[in-house]
Amino acid sequence: MKFEGTDSYVATRDLTLAVNAALALQRPLLIKGEPGTGKTLLAEEVARALDMPLFQWHVKSTTKAQQGLYEYDAVSRLRDSQLGDPRVQEIANYIVPGVLWQAFECDRPSVVLIDEIDKADIEFPNDLLRELDRMEFHCYELQKTLRARHRPLIIITSNNEKELPDAFLRRCFFHYIKFPDKPTMQRIVEVHFPGLKHELLKEALEVFFDLRAVPGLKKKPSTSELIDWLKLLLAEDIPPEVLRSKEAKDAIPPLHGALLKNEQDVHLFERLAFMARRQS
Amino acid sequence: MLVDFFLHLKSRQLPVSTKELLALLEALEARLVTGSLDDFYLISRALLVKDEALYDRFDRAFGEYFKGIESLPGLDVLVPEDWLRLAAKRHLSEEDRLKLQKLGYEKLFEQLKQRLAEQKERHAGGSKWIGTAGTSPYGHGGYHPEGIRIGGESVGNRTAIKVWEQREFGNLDDSVELGVRNIKVALRRLRRFARQGAATELDLDGTIAGTARNGGWLDLHLRPERHNAVKVLLFLDVGGSMDDHIQACEELFSAARAEFKHLEHFYFHNCVYEGVWQDNRRRHDQHRATWDVIHTYGPDYKLVFVGDASMSPYEVARPGGSVEHWNEEAGAVWLERLLSTWHQAVWLNPLPEDQWHYTPSIQMIRQLLGERMFPLNLDGLERAMRSLTRGGKPV
Repeated sequence: MKFEGTDSYVATRDLTLAVNAALALQRPLLIKGEPGTGKTLLAEEVARALDMPLFQWHVKSTTKAQQGLYEYDAVSRLRDSQLGDPRVQEIANYIVPGVLWQAFECDRPSVVLIDEIDKADIEFPNDLLRELDRMEFHCYELQKTLRARHRPLIIITSNNEKELPDAFLRRCFFHYIKFPDKPTMQRIVEVHFPGLKHELLKEALEVFFDLRAVPGLKKKPSTSELIDWLKLLLAEDIPPEVLRSKEAKDAIPPLHGALLKNEQDVHLFERLAFMARRQS
Repeated sequence: MLVDFFLHLKSRQLPVSTKELLALLEALEARLVTGSLDDFYLISRALLVKDEALYDRFDRAFGEYFKGIESLPGLDVLVPEDWLRLAAKRHLSEEDRLKLQKLGYEKLFEQLKQRLAEQKERHAGGSKWIGTAGTSPYGHGGYHPEGIRIGGESVGNRTAIKVWEQREFGNLDDSVELGVRNIKVALRRLRRFARQGAATELDLDGTIAGTARNGGWLDLHLRPERHNAVKVLLFLDVGGSMDDHIQACEELFSAARAEFKHLEHFYFHNCVYEGVWQDNRRRHDQHRATWDVIHTYGPDYKLVFVGDASMSPYEVARPGGSVEHWNEEAGAVWLERLLSTWHQAVWLNPLPEDQWHYTPSIQMIRQLLGERMFPLNLDGLERAMRSLTRGGKPV
């Protein structure tokens, strides 16, 4: 069982190696990288390519580690006890299984995505150490230990907002998704827009990488933004010649709103264009 | 063999652990690597390095160990990024290309070393120095039959005999880059959550306890949500020698604005005296008395100064020392007043730490703050925030 990228996701050699290593050694894979480089998408694509069920756990600032295992719904039990519901005798009726529980119970190997782990409290990763290491946990209310039938492939993404504890990192594979270079980007675009006019693609990529190279941009446009922009270009049917023209008044690429998301960046770019016009 | 490799990494200050080495051996046993050094490099990087800031260091350590190449003496200089900024692509005709003389490998490195030693500024379009779009063998975006590409993307000529890309992950390393986002992350260390505001969240423990006390009848308890309750006073030095650091300060300021709900900022020039101001454009008609500030904000505020603290020692020590006006009391007196009002304080200095001891006024202010001065880079910011969370002790 090997992951080689899919028809809709271009994975570089280093990324496929990291995924396959994590699969073979059954260790969690930690993914970092610029926003918009396809961190979250990876888990979906791996699950699709290897035909494994995917369990997603999107972490928020209020998420607790326990919620990924199970939750005990004490309030409904309390309510049921007052209403005299017979279900109240069985505590299992009030245990709500979390993402990891579901993955552990799954009858075939699965993929678990823990998305944006850095959003949670600093203790969050520490609370999951044993669960991810041994792939088992104890349910106190039911007095039983749940063990994974098949160790799931766990993919964790992080945006670097918080540092993760060393003990947690030691248990993971780590991969940093680098911003794709031009040939890779060409492949990525081809996957998303098969049969895109070669001319347009070439010009668009040129504009895109030039834009990324502008010094001092507050937010550089990412892969997902390039894809959006191309979609717009196609929808508006912009001819490649417009992108190519180095005329001063066209120095700002058409539909730049898809690429530059910051007012200051647009100003900066306009200023640079103005200077370029004066020089020529 | 791998034990040596492991120890080599350790000696290059990479935080690797035995557990990770064992995992690497396990990976080899599982035949994940099929005899190619590239694959081994990728797998070992995925297993041993857990931070992209360390990729650069790992690349160098790996290269040293496996290729046995000594890092070329004199070549580990950092080439300032803007020399290499691609200004314009240069198109050369065939004749031009032939005219360029091929230098040969040995000579190339010799010259590069020499240039690195001599060059002091940015060049573009020239034929000798390291720069962009030129016909010099060094730099990128240009053309030379046997050049060394430094930084940037290959422009497709592909004749560089050694792609000197040792800094592919260089800009992720350590404290070189300080963007708004990085600053936000560092400032986040200061976050202290406390429950404030309207009671909206179910307090489960309280509900259970209350219900039990009620003899089994449901008694709902609510409590306020947690919010970041840190309060910060930011004092920014503006004008004069601070003009060089405007960008860093701007970034710090915008990050701090986004991070803290209770943030008050004041400007001063060089040193704090009897008046500060909040709007730089109207600094002359909108002065606010420092006493006023001291009386307004409670002792639970944390005090952050940002300034290069570079001035004449008189500006700190003597009444009337200010460069702008006649101050009745010395800057040091005012600083001490502020520090005794807010015990948790740090001073962030945009100058690099190793230059501090050249300027007497920096030493003086450092002493006033009890050594709680930190450089305005990521590492310094983290130390400063740690010092503030520990109740303002030096780290």
